[in-house]
Amino acid sequence: MDGPGVAAYLIISVILFATGAFGVLIRRSPLIVLLALEIMLNAGNLALIAFARQTGTGSGQIFALTVMVVAAAEAVVGLGLIVAISRKRVELDVDKLTNLRG
Amino acid sequence: VAGNVLVWIVWVVAALALLTSGIAVVLFSNPFYSALALIGNLASLAVLYLLLAAEFVAAAQVLVYAGAVVVMFLFVIAYLGGRADAPWAGRPTMQSVAAILAAAAIAVEVVVVIALKAGDRLSSAAEIEDGFGSPARIGRLFLGDHLLAFEVTSIVLLVAAVGGVILGSAIPKESRS
Repeated sequence: MDGPGVAAYLIISVILFATGAFGVLIRRSPLIVLLALEIMLNAGNLALIAFARQTGTGSGQIFALTVMVVAAAEAVVGLGLIVAISRKRVELDVDKLTNLRG
Repeated sequence: VAGNVLVWIVWVVAALALLTSGIAVVLFSNPFYSALALIGNLASLAVLYLLLAAEFVAAAQVLVYAGAVVVMFLFVIAYLGGRADAPWAGRPTMQSVAAILAAAAIAVEVVVVIALKAGDRLSSAAEIEDGFGSPARIGRLFLGDHLLAFEVTSIVLLVAAVGGVILGSAIPKESRS
């Protein structure tokens, strides 16, 4: 394998995942929370593909493609929810969406 | 040896672009800029996929993410007006510090677990034949070993499409006003 080994890719993937987790924790705009979620899913995908390269079987790549589909479905439902919330004239702020709090 | 150096250069550039654009997505105050930074993030990720011999996944990544998902995000942000808010605004400092600590804890945790459980096996990658991540290989895997995953995936997409239409259609009359 030319270039850096699988471990280097895994470290990049972990840093990217932590960046996304930080974004989910710190941001209040639900749109940016969704974008940070996409980053976390992509970090997982990078780890899956690195492991697929390490074991030399294609199953990790199949898993990554499936995660991609789930991410697309999640984006559709998440954005649909955000549009529906904004139609109710509720301010888009994850700290102020407390209607479901018991 | 020249090829190896070239791969290293491409890897370093792609990894730096990946991490900076990821941080940019999280820290831009305007959601529109965040979505644009996500395109850079996904493109540099596709370069890393190519280095890992995952050609088909890299192509699908650019098509599905940069082509479809980000465009959908941009549409919604343009539709809602994309109010900008500074990442640190209106929160107690303690909450920001706690977020940084939690993210760092996740990173350290994952690195420690991988190093303990798989550290000695990561040094040598398997030999792969030509066409490891080619569309033909992926297609054969999808319609052979992983047929169930393929079919379930189509149901997930269908349910998500129906859910998106229902969420996006007009609100019933009694809940209006």
